[in-house]
Amino acid sequence: MSAVKEAVKDASMQKQKEMIAGNYERLATAKETGTKVVSTFVPGNLNELIMCFDMVNNLPEINAIQNGMRKKTGALILEAEKRGHSEDVCTYVKADLGMLAKGNLGPDGRPLPDPDLLLLSYTGCFTFMKWFELLRHQFGCETAMLHVPYEGDGSFSANMRDYVVRQLKEEVIPKLERVSGVKFDIDRLRQYLKESARAEEDLVWVLQSSKHKPSPIDAYFGGTYYIGPIFTAFRGTADAGEFYRLLRQEIAERIAKKEGPVTPDGEIHEERYRLVVEGPPNWTSFRDFWKMFYDEGAIVVASTYTKVGGVYDLGFRHDPEHPLESLAEYCAGCYTNRNLPSRIDLIETYIRDYDADGLLINSIKSCNSFSAGQLLVLREIERRTGKPAAFIESDLVDPRYFSPSNIRTRLESYLQMIEQKRSTAAAAA
Amino acid sequence: MTGTREIIARCESLFEDLDFGYAREWKAAQAGRKVVGYMPFYVPRELIHGSGALPLGVLGGGDQLEVIQGDAYYQSYICRIPRSTIELALSGRLDCVDAMLFPSICDVIRNLSGMWKILFPKVRSFYFDLPQNFRDEVGGAFYIHELEELRGVLAELRGRGIGDEEIRASIALYNENRRLVRAVYGLRSREPWKAPSSEVYLLMRAGMILAVEEHNRLLRQYIEASQSEERPRRDNARVVVVGAFCEQPPLNLLKSIELSGCYIVDDDFMLVNRWERGDVPEDGDPVQALALSYLHNSGDTSAKYEPDQSKKGLYLVEAVKTSGAEGVIMAMPSFCDPALLERPMLQSVLSAHGIPYIAFKYAENSGQMQPIREQAGTFADSIKLWSEQ
Repeated sequence: MSAVKEAVKDASMQKQKEMIAGNYERLATAKETGTKVVSTFVPGNLNELIMCFDMVNNLPEINAIQNGMRKKTGALILEAEKRGHSEDVCTYVKADLGMLAKGNLGPDGRPLPDPDLLLLSYTGCFTFMKWFELLRHQFGCETAMLHVPYEGDGSFSANMRDYVVRQLKEEVIPKLERVSGVKFDIDRLRQYLKESARAEEDLVWVLQSSKHKPSPIDAYFGGTYYIGPIFTAFRGTADAGEFYRLLRQEIAERIAKKEGPVTPDGEIHEERYRLVVEGPPNWTSFRDFWKMFYDEGAIVVASTYTKVGGVYDLGFRHDPEHPLESLAEYCAGCYTNRNLPSRIDLIETYIRDYDADGLLINSIKSCNSFSAGQLLVLREIERRTGKPAAFIESDLVDPRYFSPSNIRTRLESYLQMIEQKRSTAAAAA
Repeated sequence: MTGTREIIARCESLFEDLDFGYAREWKAAQAGRKVVGYMPFYVPRELIHGSGALPLGVLGGGDQLEVIQGDAYYQSYICRIPRSTIELALSGRLDCVDAMLFPSICDVIRNLSGMWKILFPKVRSFYFDLPQNFRDEVGGAFYIHELEELRGVLAELRGRGIGDEEIRASIALYNENRRLVRAVYGLRSREPWKAPSSEVYLLMRAGMILAVEEHNRLLRQYIEASQSEERPRRDNARVVVVGAFCEQPPLNLLKSIELSGCYIVDDDFMLVNRWERGDVPEDGDPVQALALSYLHNSGDTSAKYEPDQSKKGLYLVEAVKTSGAEGVIMAMPSFCDPALLERPMLQSVLSAHGIPYIAFKYAENSGQMQPIREQAGTFADSIKLWSEQ
């Protein structure tokens, strides 16, 4: 049997790996250290606020992703289905519930602590609410619900903002205080938000670096690493600030040297296609999935998945001068909390601003929040930009729905379509 | 006196008319009339009616609509109702609709509201967010603004404002409607053989189409007629059907459950018909009255958050007790996130209360009923066996 080739890692990736391991360490030792644990979701997460109460952050989606990348989720999902969960619903949920059923061992193999608080930032995905009700059913612990209204008409009104702020003041903060025993200090929150804003500035610079030719990054597969700290348990920390400074330096060097993105198999030397991708990646075959792209010289220059925990490239930054209002605005602005026309507008902008060859949609079987409406997204983008769009299907963490040959065939056909468009355009010119 | 057969024949013709002829005729009868469509599970119909418009419930295409264009907009793993709704609209069947409301029920309907904006730009598409916080000063304050915004949209549609008096008058009519709906449900629960569920279903569906004044008349007629008609009483098991609050089951599915030996004595098919548990106050600020009724005096379903863990799922236990049911049939649409994610929690609560249940999935165009009949029939038999022990 041949050994699996070790992935090439930059210093920033190494740094992030240590940060993630550190958080799992804090979780694993939470009971010994007396640290209170809060479970919460990625989109609309209130990490800076949680830090004000010295609590440690457990993210069920991240556990599912980490387990997916370690190819553990197939068995976990089957366990959940065996216990009565429908084959039709979100596989993050089932991977999480399957993990609980099998002793709640985290991705690093150590037991995860029961949460002291379930903090539901109900943003951009209906399933979150049911997921937390299911977790509450399991743990019987305190739950704080933060309902973030959907931007149905494409904007975040003053009424919506006031509603979220009132919930923060009257529902979320009092519960965090009660569970943690720590009094809320708004100046501490301001300090963390200041740190967040600096890191967000660097993140945007990194994501927009793909406007260069060749692009120094892959903004989808590589992008999932770049968004990691800001989207999870580290936004507002000095560690995250350092990570993004480090990352920015690395990418600046790659731009200066005209280098392409770094992949697990090393640098891409020839950028043949520039794509925009809509939808989350598949995690159980993440590396194989990425390889299909870089083997063809296909670089993703912009993606919507990297906006699921905040659309910072449209200008939003956490604002220490208006801390709670800023958290409210952040929660509402996450990608899947934006209406479909806004999502299409964003993709169209990406196609143009990043000089992309077209749009590829990875439609996720068990994620209605992303998937419902994507065929219209495809049509609209083709109509508006004249660039070809294509559709592939997989799932988040259910390996049964990742069909490599189908995906490869569709990807290859799509790239041929781009070639054809190019030759037609060249002939016309 | 009009008999049940005649009343139900009228309801059935409304149900089968996928061109919404009634709404078209209603609209054509007077210049300037507007039709406002809405999707499950709840919208404040009083505001629509108060603006002079006809509220029109759009509950998908059922099993009689051939979906051709709609399928091109949805992957196979998305539920059925959005694709048939798109089909209804693309085929011109909904062209009498001037505005369309999408309440916050799930991600699919949420995204459909945006699709509507793109596909039908001349129709006002409005996403109607319902609060998941039930405190007056938090969720209540937000919801009153939402209601006022909807009031503004409807006023714009008709070209002038909507007065408080107009809304109060509509609240009174809908209070009457809810009282009559509850009376029909009560009648069916007491004497289910006199009000078969396939009839009650059609009667409630008529309420999605008819003007409320006309639906009230029809409900009164049905109550009177069903009580005066003798029908054979069967030794059926009494069941509550739950999970069908959005995409509707085919009528044949309900008939199959009944034929298999079950009386459906409660259901959640069209929650909007009896969402408020009592009368909405007819005096004072009508918008506030609607908001407070939603917060404190409305039903429960999986699309609504339950803040109190100890109460989670008890609405179903309550429905079983109130209706004197002996078991629960969980009939949920395939790929329906709210229903299917709720299901394990409901099953757990039912088990804790010793209430038997079965579960199956359907689509609005399901055609094969034999497995449903067998499953429901076996369930009915087992209930009878248990109850005799």
